[in-house]
Amino acid sequence: MPTFTSNKSPLKRLLDDVGRVDQIAIEERVAKFSTRSIKKGSKVQGLNLALSMVDLTTLEGKDTPGKIESLCQKGQNPDPELDTPQVAAVCVYPFMVKHARRCLGESAVRIASVATGFPSGQVPLRTRLQEVKQAVRDGADEIDMVIQRGLFLSGQVQAVQDEIAATVEACGDVRLKVILEVSELETYDNIRVASFLAMSVLRAGDFIKTSTGKTSGNATLANTQVMLEAIRDFYLDTGIPISMKPAGGIKNSKQALHFLVAVKETLGDAWLTNQRYRFGASSLLNDLLMQLRKQQQGVYQAPWKFSDASSGY
Amino acid sequence: MSAQRKSANNPSRRETPELLFGDLWEFDPAPEAADPKLAETYSLFIEGKLVAPRSRKYFESINPATEKCLARIPAAGKADINAAFTAAQTGSAKYWSKLSGKDRGKYLYRVARLFQDRAREFAVAESMDGGKPIKESRDFDIPMAAAHFFYYAGWADKLEYALPGTSFRPYGVVGQIIPWNFPLLMLAWKIAPALAAGNCVVIKPAETTSITALKFAEILQEAELPPGVVNIVSGAGPTGQLIVDHPAANKIAFTGSTAVGKAILRATAGSGKGLTLELGGKAANIVFDDAPIDQAVEGVINGIFFNQGHVCCAGSRLLVQESIAESFVKKLKTRIATLRVGDPLDKNTDIGAINSKAQLEKITELVASGVSEGAELFQSSCALPRQGYFYRPSLFQRVTQSHRIAREEIFGPVLSILTFRTVGEAIEKANNTAYGLSAGVWTDKGSKIFKMSTALKAGVVWANTYNKFDPTSPFGGYKESGFGREGGKQGVSDYLKIES
Repeated sequence: MPTFTSNKSPLKRLLDDVGRVDQIAIEERVAKFSTRSIKKGSKVQGLNLALSMVDLTTLEGKDTPGKIESLCQKGQNPDPELDTPQVAAVCVYPFMVKHARRCLGESAVRIASVATGFPSGQVPLRTRLQEVKQAVRDGADEIDMVIQRGLFLSGQVQAVQDEIAATVEACGDVRLKVILEVSELETYDNIRVASFLAMSVLRAGDFIKTSTGKTSGNATLANTQVMLEAIRDFYLDTGIPISMKPAGGIKNSKQALHFLVAVKETLGDAWLTNQRYRFGASSLLNDLLMQLRKQQQGVYQAPWKFSDASSGY
Repeated sequence: MSAQRKSANNPSRRETPELLFGDLWEFDPAPEAADPKLAETYSLFIEGKLVAPRSRKYFESINPATEKCLARIPAAGKADINAAFTAAQTGSAKYWSKLSGKDRGKYLYRVARLFQDRAREFAVAESMDGGKPIKESRDFDIPMAAAHFFYYAGWADKLEYALPGTSFRPYGVVGQIIPWNFPLLMLAWKIAPALAAGNCVVIKPAETTSITALKFAEILQEAELPPGVVNIVSGAGPTGQLIVDHPAANKIAFTGSTAVGKAILRATAGSGKGLTLELGGKAANIVFDDAPIDQAVEGVINGIFFNQGHVCCAGSRLLVQESIAESFVKKLKTRIATLRVGDPLDKNTDIGAINSKAQLEKITELVASGVSEGAELFQSSCALPRQGYFYRPSLFQRVTQSHRIAREEIFGPVLSILTFRTVGEAIEKANNTAYGLSAGVWTDKGSKIFKMSTALKAGVVWANTYNKFDPTSPFGGYKESGFGREGGKQGVSDYLKIES
């Protein structure tokens, strides 16, 4: 093939490859998910499904072993008054993984650890990979990494992909979640490109994830939809199912149900499981429980009736 | 990148990956509970009063989702139409022509507000009578109808800015005939600018969807609109003909089929009556290979399945660039799988009931013609309710320009897909139709949008969106899609007669 010099940046070339996203139209599309009316049995089913998908998260500088213990307890038995599923995982800093493992023992609740210099990722790659390996050694079942947004925005997309590939390797058998930090990528076009960039080096069952929860912007129906559609296109093209995790900003049940409607109508039934979909959240859990109790008992209960395991103390 | 993707994952292509849109998490029925406050028998609205028809004739209005009778509707005869026009003439002479623009505006604002107050009630009535999903009547029809009253209320005292430098006067009395696809919205499109311009009206709703128009009379009474300013008469074609032929009608405004439009054009020729026609369409929705694909898919779906495809500006012909045609159609089929067809009153219904048995038969006949002419039919496999007039979302591939399904207006949830290779071919195919109401263009390139919008012979060209309406934006057609504009400054100008 003859060679020619292209002035296109690698980012632009990728964009041409994966296709663009129209901002107004996709925001209009997701607004329709919010008009779905979910009542009665389907509501209870949806709430329980959402609950089983929660990665119960605490990522604060002031986290203590006591708080992690409380979080693990809550995750395994969300509400003593209700017959609910357990949450999918607890999500903690690497320093807390060992402690969480002691609390959870052989429980089915998994331990997810953020790693790779969370939340900025501005740490040498070697250090980041060491951090991942240490978290895995300490007993983490899942690793939540962040991509280097600076590299991405400067157009060094290959380097971003190489780093993700290196992290996959460092994970071994452990699942990886790749946080794109969509608010710092800024455009839907960039979110779509970054999704493909990550997915092409991920394994079936690995996740792409919206946010760290540490910047001003979090998961929205729209940025999540861009990623769901990327997952769908990638799956139909390669047969490899990538999982999805919106994180940050999903605080109440109604929101969570609308996020699930988007999954149901974009990826279908096979993604309505915590193997393929998670919510990175903390306060969501108690709102789900409050709604579930309302469905069962007919009245709303006061917030103090629900144990507070995920906010700081 | 793509090479790397393959090597990194080494996909096993034993079977084609598919998405499953099943019932793992099925939505429970979520019916809208507001009371539509329907009457058993409706009356004509003449001279500000609800009156029984002098014809003494009634017909039944059927709920297309249940096939059950909703109410008895009066069939206005000659004496009724005469009374309506006499009332309109009196209303014009005694009240409406004597009011200032500002005062006319006050009445229109009042109507708009009262209408908003009862929005949910009217939305439910509209969905029961016409079959459209409640989420459309609730989120589109009713708010948009109210918006038209608000908008034209503002024009009432600013008419000199509509036709600057001219002297003009209202027609006086106008006859208006509206279709069944957007009963209240079309009523607002007709009544609001006519009243703002200083006319009095005799308006006839379509026979399958008269209920909400006759209910609307309650709002006019509540607004204390002077008697005779608006007269609402129901009935079928012959009633419409009486309106068209009535000597007191100084202008006729009609929205409906091209066949009837042509008949009205003949009937009014040489009579000196003003005329505006908004007729059929066979719009092309043109998708270029550089378009944002998923949003274009959504736009095409919205363009053809909105209101069961009962939309004169529906994007019923998809022109998709050949290089992306295969993947695009695949995505369309995936999207169609998640459309929910069913009870119009369920808040989760995407596609409601076909408006009438006659329309269902027409759609069925045209689809059969498509199959027999060799086009390839794909239909959603969704479950349909056992009762009522429902039709599966459908699309045709391998359609050529000469197929009936590419030329005739189906007015149902049926999309005909054609392909093109170049911009020139897209323009030629899009314009190769007797109609010219609307078109859509999907591309990432702005200059292509401007080129297409100039080249397409259509009254409205939407770019990277479809079926968007606003009271400020004029709407109307080229060729057999009619003439005259509704909405915007042009909409009110069409109700004014320029004298010099």
